[in-house]
Amino acid sequence: MTGLLQQVWVPFAPEQASSFAPEVDALYLYLTLLTLFFSVGISLAIVYFAIKYRRRAPTEVPRPRAGAIALELTWTIIPLMISMTIFVWGASLYFKLYRAPEEAMEIYVVGKQWMWKFQHREGQREINELHVPVGARVRLVMTTEDVIHSFYVPAFRIKMDVVPGRYSYAWFEATKTGKYHLFCAEYCGTNHSGMGGYVYVMEPNEYQAWLSGGATDSPAAQGKKLMQDRGCATCHQEDTVLRAPALRGLFGSDIPLADGSQQRVDEDYVRRSIEEPQAQIHQGFEPIMPTYKGQLSAEQLLQIIAYLRSIGSDTRGGGATMTTTEGRAGGTTTGAGPVTGGIPPDTQRSNPVGPTTPAAGRVGQQPSSTTTGTGQGRRAGGGGANSNR
Amino acid sequence: MSTTSTSNPDQRPFGPASGAEWRAKHPHVNYLNADYGIKSWLLTLDHKRIAILYLVSVTFFFALGGAYAIAIRLELMTPAGDLVQSHTYNKLFTQHGILMVFFFLIPSIPAVLGNFLIPLMIGAKDLAFPRLNLLSWYIYMAGGALTFWALLLGGIDTGWTFYTPYSTSFSNTYVVLAGLGIFVNGFSSILTGLNFIVTIHTMRAPGMTWFRLPLFIWAHYATSLIFVLGTPVIAITILLVALERLAHIGIFDPALGGDPVLFQHLFWFYSHPAVYIMLLPSMGVISELISTHSRKNIFGYSFVAFSSIAIAVFSFLVWGHHMFTSTQSVYAGLIFSVLSYAVAIPSAVKVFNWTATLYKGSISWDAPMLYALFFIGLFVIGGMTGLFLAALGLDVHVHDTYFVVAHFHYIMVGGALMGFFGGMHNWWPKITGRMYPEGWARFAALVIFVGFNLTFFPQFLLGYMGMPRRYHAYPMDEPLWQVLHVMSTAGASILGVGVMIPMFYFIWSMRYGKFAPANPWPATGLEWRTASPPPTENFKVTPVVTWEAYEFRPIEEMKVVGGDTPDAPVAGENPLTT
Amino acid sequence: MATHADTLEHGGEAGHHTGHAALQHHFDNMEQQKTATTLGMWLFLIQEVMFFGGLFLCYIVYRTLYPQAFQAASSHLNWKLGAFNTVVLICSSLTMALAVWAAQAGRTRRTQVIFLVLTAVLGFVFLGVKAVEYTDKFNDGLIPMAGWFAPTDPHTLQQWAGINIRHIQMFYWIYFAMTGLHALHMIVGIGIIIPIIWAAWRGRYSPEYYAPVELFGLYWHFVDIIWIFLFPLLYLLGAHFGGGH
Repeated sequence: MTGLLQQVWVPFAPEQASSFAPEVDALYLYLTLLTLFFSVGISLAIVYFAIKYRRRAPTEVPRPRAGAIALELTWTIIPLMISMTIFVWGASLYFKLYRAPEEAMEIYVVGKQWMWKFQHREGQREINELHVPVGARVRLVMTTEDVIHSFYVPAFRIKMDVVPGRYSYAWFEATKTGKYHLFCAEYCGTNHSGMGGYVYVMEPNEYQAWLSGGATDSPAAQGKKLMQDRGCATCHQEDTVLRAPALRGLFGSDIPLADGSQQRVDEDYVRRSIEEPQAQIHQGFEPIMPTYKGQLSAEQLLQIIAYLRSIGSDTRGGGATMTTTEGRAGGTTTGAGPVTGGIPPDTQRSNPVGPTTPAAGRVGQQPSSTTTGTGQGRRAGGGGANSNR
Repeated sequence: MSTTSTSNPDQRPFGPASGAEWRAKHPHVNYLNADYGIKSWLLTLDHKRIAILYLVSVTFFFALGGAYAIAIRLELMTPAGDLVQSHTYNKLFTQHGILMVFFFLIPSIPAVLGNFLIPLMIGAKDLAFPRLNLLSWYIYMAGGALTFWALLLGGIDTGWTFYTPYSTSFSNTYVVLAGLGIFVNGFSSILTGLNFIVTIHTMRAPGMTWFRLPLFIWAHYATSLIFVLGTPVIAITILLVALERLAHIGIFDPALGGDPVLFQHLFWFYSHPAVYIMLLPSMGVISELISTHSRKNIFGYSFVAFSSIAIAVFSFLVWGHHMFTSTQSVYAGLIFSVLSYAVAIPSAVKVFNWTATLYKGSISWDAPMLYALFFIGLFVIGGMTGLFLAALGLDVHVHDTYFVVAHFHYIMVGGALMGFFGGMHNWWPKITGRMYPEGWARFAALVIFVGFNLTFFPQFLLGYMGMPRRYHAYPMDEPLWQVLHVMSTAGASILGVGVMIPMFYFIWSMRYGKFAPANPWPATGLEWRTASPPPTENFKVTPVVTWEAYEFRPIEEMKVVGGDTPDAPVAGENPLTT
Repeated sequence: MATHADTLEHGGEAGHHTGHAALQHHFDNMEQQKTATTLGMWLFLIQEVMFFGGLFLCYIVYRTLYPQAFQAASSHLNWKLGAFNTVVLICSSLTMALAVWAAQAGRTRRTQVIFLVLTAVLGFVFLGVKAVEYTDKFNDGLIPMAGWFAPTDPHTLQQWAGINIRHIQMFYWIYFAMTGLHALHMIVGIGIIIPIIWAAWRGRYSPEYYAPVELFGLYWHFVDIIWIFLFPLLYLLGAHFGGGH
């Protein structure tokens, strides 16, 4: 079944460039066929009746007819059952779309009137262009500086709104190299239609080459530096509890708050703690931190988050920054299994450029990363074939 | 007995210059010639005259909204934004949406046909609150004037959806003024809905039980429920947007602790049911047209009746399906998705029942029936593509693309507008006492059908290919997109011509059309049992209903019943008896 | 077989019943008119519930998001004045109910007028107290508009230490929006009761015709009930009574 779903091709569809694309297209095909069946069926019935029972005499009055409960129930229940199949199919797809995998390379996205700004974990920044490696799971952490935008790549069949004041997430796994449209799908003002560009899906080795060209510090390193520059370190230390809890292991953990409740340290909590430090105080600490609202840009906040995450206890993205399954061409698992091409942020600059294939990449900090990629059989066969050129 | 009418010019209901003189000679006094002069119209309490006032005003806003639509389509013929600037384009689609939704589609059928027909159909002299009815029209005009003023000053560019924080903190156009117009207009809807519900409950003629009511009445009852329950929510929401813009209280502004997505919840809580405000009355019209023009009782009357109520109730529970990608929780998405399928079922039931009604009927191909048949076909496509949008995983791809644009135009234009045009043709003889020219009407219906499909079908394809909505310019490297856009623009031109033809022949027919008998089709409703046009208080004696809905009798008998009501023209003037 | 035309004629001259002077031309009789107007008023009140509902939703959302700020902000409201106003409104509901009874039972017009005037006076008292409260808030710098919200009272500020002032402001705009909309309904109500008092004085109301009094009573009770919800939701969040800190 799943294998079959990957084969579907529908006319007037954008390229299928992500692991979701064939699945979304399959559902689309199912619905299109249903629509054709019902609309053509009903239209034919109408035309047939209109001709067959056309009025032949001006005074003609046909016999009245009573309703039929059985018929009514039939055409209530059958459409209901059909619609439930659509619902279940659509819902299962939705869960896949919005449940990011544990291991994924993370890219930070900031929407702004009228441009998309990206920063890779390794520090590379781009505007209105996004370079990603083929076959890697990419998780986007997104926010906006002004109004609501929506990140939309038709070829990947993904779309997610970015909302001021909160973080939203999307993920994809590109399966085909190429250049694809990137749009803003939520109306955002004058130049809404100009807010977009292209996503470039590259071979992993080309991506590595691209990454190292002109890269700056990783966002995590920038975040660390930012915290030092702003004097955060007088209270916030990686390993020492001063007037605030130690930062190492904090991100991704659950902490007790002053009011006794538990709070997961996630992107939104970090942001709140910086902008409204009094709102949710860690139990046992004094509410003495002043607010930094308006003093840090959306990107700087993301850098601090990236830094805290890099020393946090959250496994997601903390280790393997790039996960591929390139080693499994043809669907057979080579001994290496899923190979991680993760690059610890601090060593990124010394990463050798060139022939390095993901297979040669190093294992991330977190041991759990070795389990990546099992159960990856959904991926289009073509994606794997691209790898060993 | 002849069904053709005489065309003695002295019998024109609009009469010669001196109304008094004409009345002295012609005892058929109807609501049109009962009084003359502008004051008799602007201060009228007659539901039929108020319906005419609405007809004139919604036509104005329809024409204006249509002009914006043509400008939008012309811009999109080329990928580059070369006809108008981005800022102007954004105003065009915003104003198109606001005018069409709030000032045309929502009042069109209820305020024009509903106002005219509800008292007639249930055998009442007027709506329960005639003064409130006139007040509703003035409120509508006041709201329209405010919004129109905003357009004259420079317009508004937020999209008809007013999404925050763009509308509250970023747009520098006339948001407050236009919003105020919509706020005021909302009270017109509320009062109209209230009036309808009370009228249907308390003013029915003796013997007119709930299950003898025409389905048009059921549909308007359901619509009025939404008017009363939904409109206040959009009113308070728009008020909050205005407050936020003026006083910056922070309700939708994350910088002040507010939540911009809360606006979307409040907005769609009304605006999804509003879709059914536009559609349900049209469904009511279609039930009447199908029955009248196939001379058959509606198959499964009670199922069609209750499906209207079910649609109205469910419509309040599905607003979140506009927000699957808006960061609302995936579990909320699940619930809204499954409920959206629930609301699709009563619509499907209606379609099947209409189709079954045709079976072994006596189907005329008159213009109202053509509109009704087109409605069914287009509504099936519009409704089925709604299933695409309610499917969570698929909606992620097509949300906010031209697929959505195509879908709701199939519902709004293919559904609501077809119903409005079909209804206008069907009841035109009753409203004016004149027949419209049938040949022209059939031709116009065909032109509209062809133009409509050519305009909006390509947009489904564009949407699935990824063309986002509200785009002033689109990528040059997608040649197929331009091909489809050009097709769509060509279709829009045909559609534009198509909707103008009826405007011309309707006006022509008011002076030159054949006289309409009381019951020209003939049909079964009470409105056909009084003269065309009806007298001021509709029926001289309160009718007593002893028959079921859509009970067809031998044609001659029905015509005589219609023609012989006490208010019909006296012998010698009644076209039926000469 | 009788045609429908026959039955139509047997329908009778329903419209020509001899009716009360207040019977409008398009109703058949007083009973129908009364049913219609009462139903209309109930629908109007349902519409009002939805109108206020939008604000109640905002209240629920933001109170859930910022419970501590709401508690702290609420503690600055004068619950004694609020409670006094609650009593005032309940009394006015009672006098209103008595006014309806007086008209329905055919009491003298003086009785009707006394109860109606009492209702209006209590309404004025309510608005007066509200005005005092608003003035206090204005003097304390608690007007929740951009650039205006600047609490001055040091004691309050001390209480609010550690709480985001933006969220306090959020409470205050909800407070002003809800009580303001409620006060607007009170003002409209007093505007309507004055002509009703006049008509009662002229002796217009009788057991046969007292619909305006009764319908206005429905409206007045509705406005009271809204306040009965607003008072605990806004004034009694617990902080006054040691529940907060």
